[in-house]
Amino acid sequence: MTLKEELKEKKSAIVQKWIDAALASYHKDAQGALRQTKAQFTNPAGFNLAQGLDGLFDALLEGVITDSVATFLDMTVRLRAVQDFAPSEALAFLIRIKQIVRDELGRERLDAPGVRTDLAAFDAAADDLMLYAFDLYMQCREKIYDIKAQEARSQTYRLLQKAQSIADKE
Amino acid sequence: MKAIVSFVAVLLLVAIGYMGGSAGSTSRFLFGVVAPYSAFAIFVVFMIVRILKWASSPVPFRIPTTAGQQKTLPWIKDSKIENPSSVFGVVIRMALEVLVFRSLFRNLKTQLHEGGRLAYGEAKWLWMAGLAFHYSFAIILFRHLRFFLEKVPYPIQLVESLDSFLQIGAPLLYLTDVALLGAVTYLFIRRVALPQVKYISLIADYFPLFLIFAIGATGVLMRYFTKTDIVGVKTLAMGLISFNPAVPETIGAMFYTHVFLLSVLFAYFPFSKLVHMGGVFMSPTRNMANTSREKRHINPWNYPVHVHTYEEYENDFRDKMKEAGLPVEKE
Amino acid sequence: MSKLPKPAELAKVSYNNPATDWMDTPVEFKPGMYCHGSKPKSLEIVGFPNPRDWRPADADWKLPENWKEILIEGIADRLKKYRSFRLFMDICVRCGACADKCHFFIGTGDPKNMPVLRAELIRSVYRKEFTTAGKILGRMAGARDLTLDVLKEWWYYFYQCTECRRCSVFCPYGIDQAEITIIGRELLNLLGLNIEWIAGPVSNCYMKGNHLGLEPHTIVGNLEYMLDDIETVTGKRIKPSFNRKGAEILFVTPSGDLFADPGTYTCMGYLMLFEELGLDYTWSTYASEGGNFGFFTSNEMGKRLNSKIYAEAKRLGVKWILGGECGHMWRVLSQYMDTWNGPADFLEVPKSPITGTVFENAKSMKMVHIAEFTADLIKNNKLKLDPKRNDHLTVTWHDSCNVSRGMGMLEEPRYVLRNVVNNFVEMPEDTIREKTFCCGSGTGLNASEDMELRMKGGFPRANAAKFVHEHYGVNMLANVCAIDRATLKPLMDYWVPGVNVCGLHELVANAMIMKGEKERTTDLRGEPLPNVQAKEEKA
Repeated sequence: MTLKEELKEKKSAIVQKWIDAALASYHKDAQGALRQTKAQFTNPAGFNLAQGLDGLFDALLEGVITDSVATFLDMTVRLRAVQDFAPSEALAFLIRIKQIVRDELGRERLDAPGVRTDLAAFDAAADDLMLYAFDLYMQCREKIYDIKAQEARSQTYRLLQKAQSIADKE
Repeated sequence: MKAIVSFVAVLLLVAIGYMGGSAGSTSRFLFGVVAPYSAFAIFVVFMIVRILKWASSPVPFRIPTTAGQQKTLPWIKDSKIENPSSVFGVVIRMALEVLVFRSLFRNLKTQLHEGGRLAYGEAKWLWMAGLAFHYSFAIILFRHLRFFLEKVPYPIQLVESLDSFLQIGAPLLYLTDVALLGAVTYLFIRRVALPQVKYISLIADYFPLFLIFAIGATGVLMRYFTKTDIVGVKTLAMGLISFNPAVPETIGAMFYTHVFLLSVLFAYFPFSKLVHMGGVFMSPTRNMANTSREKRHINPWNYPVHVHTYEEYENDFRDKMKEAGLPVEKE
Repeated sequence: MSKLPKPAELAKVSYNNPATDWMDTPVEFKPGMYCHGSKPKSLEIVGFPNPRDWRPADADWKLPENWKEILIEGIADRLKKYRSFRLFMDICVRCGACADKCHFFIGTGDPKNMPVLRAELIRSVYRKEFTTAGKILGRMAGARDLTLDVLKEWWYYFYQCTECRRCSVFCPYGIDQAEITIIGRELLNLLGLNIEWIAGPVSNCYMKGNHLGLEPHTIVGNLEYMLDDIETVTGKRIKPSFNRKGAEILFVTPSGDLFADPGTYTCMGYLMLFEELGLDYTWSTYASEGGNFGFFTSNEMGKRLNSKIYAEAKRLGVKWILGGECGHMWRVLSQYMDTWNGPADFLEVPKSPITGTVFENAKSMKMVHIAEFTADLIKNNKLKLDPKRNDHLTVTWHDSCNVSRGMGMLEEPRYVLRNVVNNFVEMPEDTIREKTFCCGSGTGLNASEDMELRMKGGFPRANAAKFVHEHYGVNMLANVCAIDRATLKPLMDYWVPGVNVCGLHELVANAMIMKGEKERTTDLRGEPLPNVQAKEEKA
């Protein structure tokens, strides 16, 4: 069995652990609610996280991280970008996947022939994912500042319009 | 930790009740007569005090939570129960709230709608356990009336036979006994197993659960296992109700434990969250019709306030107003 | 950076770990989660206590020496005045049904944003000071002392609640966190602990008649710009009247509609509608605010600001009052105004001069919501509508909290919407009508400094909008609330780019064919109409 097949088989357990790793940064007593991942609309936080990580794991298995992960990454990062985490803390859960996969495989398998190379590819994909996430995180933060500036502008638009017309008249 | 404190407290109460019931006749009088009398008195007096206290605070504004379409234009169908505009609608809304826990059910519907399983089924269990708990408790209390009545009236007999329709065991197993204990157990488990519910729970949330469980358990023990002198119990009950208390020698300590725990529950009731039994009827977001636009609601403590009058406003801006071509009162 | 969790810590995740009890977890002021403190001037103007310069993150809040006494007395006073408060302090069983119903809890994951716990912040002090068990047993009875930390916690979390009432829909006893937040904020205001985003508008509104502080000539001037724009679009010059005595109807709308986009387009919609109907109505510069940030301060302040509406109606001698699109404005008007400042016996029962419909449901308070008014017009075929003009839009409807759960106006706007647009899609059932999710910025929390809070609080709403955007191509989120119009736009920009925000009457005006108008080529925003687009493409 290739590493990919094996990980595919263990997907649900791995993704669950990955969700746990992401939730670990929340208050312990809020996790119960966030862990409910089925309610797309009444509990979007848990739902999006689970769906996002599920999709990201598939992408990692393929070993290629492209723009196609954007949707899934968005589901996991956008909320965290406005929650009160340090940037490192907001994104740390993404690289935890490396450890989670290793734990799930067990020491013996890790030493098996071929696995090490396959795992290196997996790791490389995970690193790429982290880089994408970093970009997205920064986009989100910039968006927040942009929105603040926009808001100030739209609140004063009519004033500016007025000032402009006074200037025109003069 | 909080659960443990409550558990120990209830154990202690059980021990006190048991010892009281096993000691001499003075003690039995204390636990079989004085305790229920005083508990009942405390319950009645302080429950009335509590309700009067609530009632003494007025409802200054008409603030129903409108959970449906308002009554406006005749061709728009209004939601007569969820957003009542008549007394009748309010009565139905309250009845649904009190009898079938309508709002909790809404919770369940929301969660089922999204097809969740896992903790999402929880809303269903909470609603069902809540119903099972309250109805079992009510039916069990009703069944107990047989002890206080010389001749057991037909309604009680009917309830008893329905309650034991499965015809299991001898004496026949009452479904409500099982339901009560099951529901209380569930309500306890969810309190410790669901992190967010555990987080908000106080000692005062665990204590009544343990207490009611203990009351149920002692009752069940007496009926199905240790056997109690029913004739003696009836003599005691009839004595209590006719204010001519007598304490038969033949009743076991288990009975006194049962009665003592129940006394504690009654005495504790008016000072605890259990007052929601009365409070739910007085909740202004549920028991008012949404008619604030149609009929003026009076606030008894409405008082005059400082306002910035039009005159003051015009004084501030008269010149600017005139310049902008706005009419003014004073030139 | 030091917050980076170690892998070992992550591995230890467990439900059963004993966490610090919430009472032992002091509040931490996190940037982006709260607004600036009130400025002394804003408090002085309306005569509020303890005006001073202060910053929420500072250790010293410059409180009066007897602040504790003031609060305890304040609680005692309100227990006597409000049955809701007294009852809600006693009857909660902490079943947890409300816990995950709060948009702020869903978005922040902060357990103190569970409605039940937000209420416990005050309940714990109530137990300590007002119940025998709490006095004797203290912590055992869930009671705690009122300390500076507790006060700060109140401030932080009562300004993280938008009084949206969603929790109260699901509570088996109807416990309404909005009531508790309202009273919590009243208490905080006894010590001068407001936020400037509320205190500023309140003092503006008191002195100048509206939250934005627009002076009379500015209001006229602002409307002039809109009239110019309307002329450009329709070729018609409209001449509305201000402060006119003897008009039949006084029109009051939130001042946000006069000033900031996209509210201004809604305002243009009102102007065009009234022109088309030939309505005998007037604007007022004195009662130029429908909204009421006083309501987010104290009952008394709410009443003081609200008084202008009836006073102006009386001075001008109008027959009844028509109200614009707003959310909290209508909670206040529908559930408070008549009680506060009524009886409005100098007015007549509202009767539409166009259709003759008498609004019996507003018999006493004498004010009609413009969505009710327009629904009646359309039902009676009084408007010529061409919904095709809105064909470039696929619209979904955001129910504003206050008109949904504090009034029950659900169908009127939908009826109007269905008649003015061809593409209308509902968001998922559990996120609309009485179960609608808040924009996350209500009750005066629509400042910029708390943007993270707003983005988190609005997340459940945005998530539902995103769903209909992706599945049905929804590109417009319509609503009847000035705060929504101002705050859903940034919310959509962050979560669902490609979805715009508008008021109901912007869509009405776009669809409405006015007598003698020129052939329209653009909508009110100056965007080409779909048929024009098609023509251009052909050419």
